[in-house]
Amino acid sequence: MRRILRRREIVADDWRHLGEGAEEGSALIVPLVELRKDPERWRRWRGRLGVRLSSVDPVEELAADLPRLDLVAVEFPTPSDGRGYSAARLLRERLGFRGELRAVGAGVRQDQVFLLARCGFDAIELAQNEDPDAARRALDRYDVAYQGGSPEVALRRQRFSSRPG
Amino acid sequence: MYQYDALDQAFVDRRVAEFRDQMRRHLAGELSEDEFRPLRLRNGLYVQRHAPMLRIAIPYGLLAARQLAKLADIARRYDRGFGHFTTRQNLQLNWPKLADVPDILAELATVQMHAIQTSGNCVRNVTADHLAGIAPDEVDDPRPYCEIIRQWATLHPEFTYLPRKFKIAVTGSPEDRAASEVHDIGLHLTRDAAGSIGFTVLVGGGLGRTPIIGQVIRDFLPLPGLLSYLEAILRVYNRHGRRDNLNKARIKILVKSLGIERFREQVEAEWRLSRDSSPLLPAAEVERVRGFFRPQPYETLEDFDATSGREPRFRAWYRYNTRAHRVPGYRAVFVALKAHGHNPGDMSSDQMDAVASLAERVSFGLIRTTHNQNLLLADVRQKDLYEAWLELERLGLAMPNIGTLTDMIACPGLDFCSLANAGTLGVARQIQERFDDLDYLYDLGDIEIKMSGCMNACGHHHVGHIGILGVDKRGEEWYQISLGGSANGFTALGEVIGPSVPKSEVASTIERIVEAYRALRADGERFIDTLRRVGLEPFREGAYATHPAAA
Repeated sequence: MRRILRRREIVADDWRHLGEGAEEGSALIVPLVELRKDPERWRRWRGRLGVRLSSVDPVEELAADLPRLDLVAVEFPTPSDGRGYSAARLLRERLGFRGELRAVGAGVRQDQVFLLARCGFDAIELAQNEDPDAARRALDRYDVAYQGGSPEVALRRQRFSSRPG
Repeated sequence: MYQYDALDQAFVDRRVAEFRDQMRRHLAGELSEDEFRPLRLRNGLYVQRHAPMLRIAIPYGLLAARQLAKLADIARRYDRGFGHFTTRQNLQLNWPKLADVPDILAELATVQMHAIQTSGNCVRNVTADHLAGIAPDEVDDPRPYCEIIRQWATLHPEFTYLPRKFKIAVTGSPEDRAASEVHDIGLHLTRDAAGSIGFTVLVGGGLGRTPIIGQVIRDFLPLPGLLSYLEAILRVYNRHGRRDNLNKARIKILVKSLGIERFREQVEAEWRLSRDSSPLLPAAEVERVRGFFRPQPYETLEDFDATSGREPRFRAWYRYNTRAHRVPGYRAVFVALKAHGHNPGDMSSDQMDAVASLAERVSFGLIRTTHNQNLLLADVRQKDLYEAWLELERLGLAMPNIGTLTDMIACPGLDFCSLANAGTLGVARQIQERFDDLDYLYDLGDIEIKMSGCMNACGHHHVGHIGILGVDKRGEEWYQISLGGSANGFTALGEVIGPSVPKSEVASTIERIVEAYRALRADGERFIDTLRRVGLEPFREGAYATHPAAA
């Protein structure tokens, strides 16, 4: 079973991505394009539902769907594609999403987790071959930062704090 | 200058530890070169033609004497005893060993320095006017704002993986000495009608493959909105800048494709929605940082003629290598890194040590780097000028050519850089040899030559009065000449005058161009003004007079 980093802990993943053999009623993450293709099917889904955004999907279009979503997964196809960081802050700070915000994709590496957590990701599904223990340790690599943080990283001090949203 | 507090020091220490771990994983085969590259770039480490290259940040070009001495020490112990100052006011080491880099970064951290974000697709070292704080025409000192931007941009969680590199320059004077109009963002300090400080914000300038002059996106940005407005621009860019083609990924391409009006609408809309949740810039923080840039404890002195009774070489140096200071009795002194026979911007460890100690004696222990690849001692008493000159002369750093044709900018070119198409250093030598007569140089007056070894334009050739671009032609080094560029005050991009010339012909071609100027100029008219008055054609004719079509 896949292990992910959730709220600073390594846990067994209780979600499945579409195509990973989810049973009716289980917790399932569906790509946005599938959600749009057959909205009726997913409205009737009895389990928890999450959506997976590609790095080009505009998050604003998800606003109306958020109340019935338990999870939003944002894809990082490579470590260098930084669009997902903006998507995360928008989901948390502008759209007020309070469910699980999960970073997914081949670009999610231990060297990114500190940034990911500070943009509001509370779940990190590492790329294949990445070591969850190393990623967990990387969360604590910095105890200071110049910009605002989130509860996922334990910052001792920061310089420019954000106003409450 | 700014002094680290516990947060700043803890941050650079953690950064060194993080990079040490990344280097260890790389050397152990756990991180492939492809995986390691974006990580090492964000710590200033390139892998170049012959060796790694480490680019050390000198934030807005300000150094304390002990920092320059540390750079000398590092260059001596980890490199070949010299370094290269760049157009972004940074220092490059050309021969460090890969495995030594974590130790070098740890040494830098002991003197409040680092190499963070000197490369990679992130916000780079923020640059400023080298006369900041002493220029007579200044609205406000740009350096506190540079420092605030430096901190805000450092490992910014949202903007560390941008589509492409991102350069910001801040200037506080009407005369733009920071080339701010060819930056991704240029900030001009200004005051509104009520006298409050703010910025005119320019966006989308840049050189490289597609040179573009920045456009005004906002006439007046009040100071408290500085960081939230930068975040709005960067967010629009991070989300919508192109990532499919490296050559079209800079913000200038996004601004150009949308047009400045639509880009402005998007940024302003983003700002309206985000400014209340964006980082605060508390007045107390501005005051804290400003406190580090108060005027020096100047003596009450009067101006006097320091050249009276002195030898002609000192008088020439005074005229060309010193500048007016806001405070009577003081002048700013260039440490010239353009001695003929030397690579522009290069400095040996021994020279660095000696200049650090000279700065301790005559300039409050501070040194500045300039985007023209010289150093500056900003606050020298006029009565100390002669002593300073004797020492700089002894060090080979008093070549009285600042502002003249041989005070040229050059990137390291093919000799070092893996991107270059052609050499620059050999051409620089050729020009230095051809124009070795100081009287001739003085007669030619202000002429800026800027030379790049490839399209990436690190040598800013687009904005040189005379621009030289190295190109590869079937394996040979050729050079394209452009005329009419300018980055000071009136920013303009140069125009290519015709076919490129072979390496052996560069200095002769330039000589014919400046001879055309001598024939055409009105009394006291500068090269660039003659060029603007008569246009390119007579210069083109001159340039190719004895050298008709070179392919």
